[in-house]
Amino acid sequence: MSILREKLENTSERVFTAEFPSIDGGGMDSVIKNAARLAPWFDAVNATDNPAAHAHTSNTTTAIAMKMHGLEPIMQIVCRDKNRIAIQADMIGASLHGITNLSLLTGDDVTAGDEPEARRVFDVDSAQAINMARIMANGTYLSGRKINPAPDFYIGAVENSAAPPFDYRIQRALKKHRAGAQFLQLQICYHPERLEAFCKGVAEVAPDLKLIPTIVLMKGAKGLAFMNDKVPGIDVPTDVLARASGASDPAQEVYNLTLELAQHALSLPGVRGLHVTDFRHDETLDLFMNDLGQTPKRQG
Amino acid sequence: MLKKLLPLVEHAVKKPVWDCRMCGQCVLHSTGMTCPMTCPKTLRNGPCGGVRENGNCEVIPEMQCIWVKAYDRTVSLPLPKVWKEHYNELRPPVDMQLQGTSSWINLVTKRDQQVPAGWSVGKH
Repeated sequence: MSILREKLENTSERVFTAEFPSIDGGGMDSVIKNAARLAPWFDAVNATDNPAAHAHTSNTTTAIAMKMHGLEPIMQIVCRDKNRIAIQADMIGASLHGITNLSLLTGDDVTAGDEPEARRVFDVDSAQAINMARIMANGTYLSGRKINPAPDFYIGAVENSAAPPFDYRIQRALKKHRAGAQFLQLQICYHPERLEAFCKGVAEVAPDLKLIPTIVLMKGAKGLAFMNDKVPGIDVPTDVLARASGASDPAQEVYNLTLELAQHALSLPGVRGLHVTDFRHDETLDLFMNDLGQTPKRQG
Repeated sequence: MLKKLLPLVEHAVKKPVWDCRMCGQCVLHSTGMTCPMTCPKTLRNGPCGGVRENGNCEVIPEMQCIWVKAYDRTVSLPLPKVWKEHYNELRPPVDMQLQGTSSWINLVTKRDQQVPAGWSVGKH
């Protein structure tokens, strides 16, 4: 059983996950360097699948490399680049290497990346992909062909708690849960009241669905403005932008704001931990985890 | 004859009203009479996470997200209760073999209800 599953399903301990940086050049050394930085703090780390529609080392190969160097991977699969055959191949291929944590999501559109000419696939959507993982964990491919023994998948998904249609987001999370998702990593949300309403709504109906909101560590006010302007589905309220840019030390103010968001998120019903995206790549991560009362789990 | 004629008639009727893409497995009744195949990502089970703050599409910023529209219409249109209840169903992957065929014929013959042998809906 994966550490993530064991901790989420059999304990009440907080869980911390993170995003593994994209790997291009740099070879295994860059994997080792990043793994060493993340290992002390995180229970499991996401191996991304061509994030923001940019090609990088693939989800499966990255996940294998992470596992070789001491991290427990959560392998992401997006629906943009692969049809149902390739997605099932990704999942069973991951299980061959003992990778069983999955996170299935729609994925950014091809137009978000540096190759907008590419064909978009979306043969299945995220809810269908989650259901395929569940079907495989029950012992068959989508076609009905048997898998013996069945892979022991721990199935995750992603939801945006703060994008329109607001009222519907809870129902969509519950639909993913019905399809087979056992944990949900939530997209970054700068509207605490929206995150709160979402978590309360989900926890009321599905108390066994584990919620893991995202927190982004960024360098300063410009990063916030960038998220607001350039990342569809992410809205940063005007007063938050003003608080960050108007401060005498904007970098410190953004850190304070991030810590407040993290503490609030951890107080919400259904929330079992945090997913940390670190755009700073410096000692801020250690400071942040210390400020949340965490101590390093193991040496990287 | 009917197999050739009906897709033409269906397209002539549904294209101007719903921008029908002739997927051959129509789910309009369960999506607030809004065609999910007009979503640039052809999502059948609800909106992606990229919906903009004003309710518009991630891919086509000047277009309202079709799932925002579908949700509003499901809530506000006087549709039969059973259709509204279908909104939250987990719809199976599109059968690409039906592309271009008449969903009316596929409805009558129940061909549109065929799913892969392994497809099932439910929890662990």
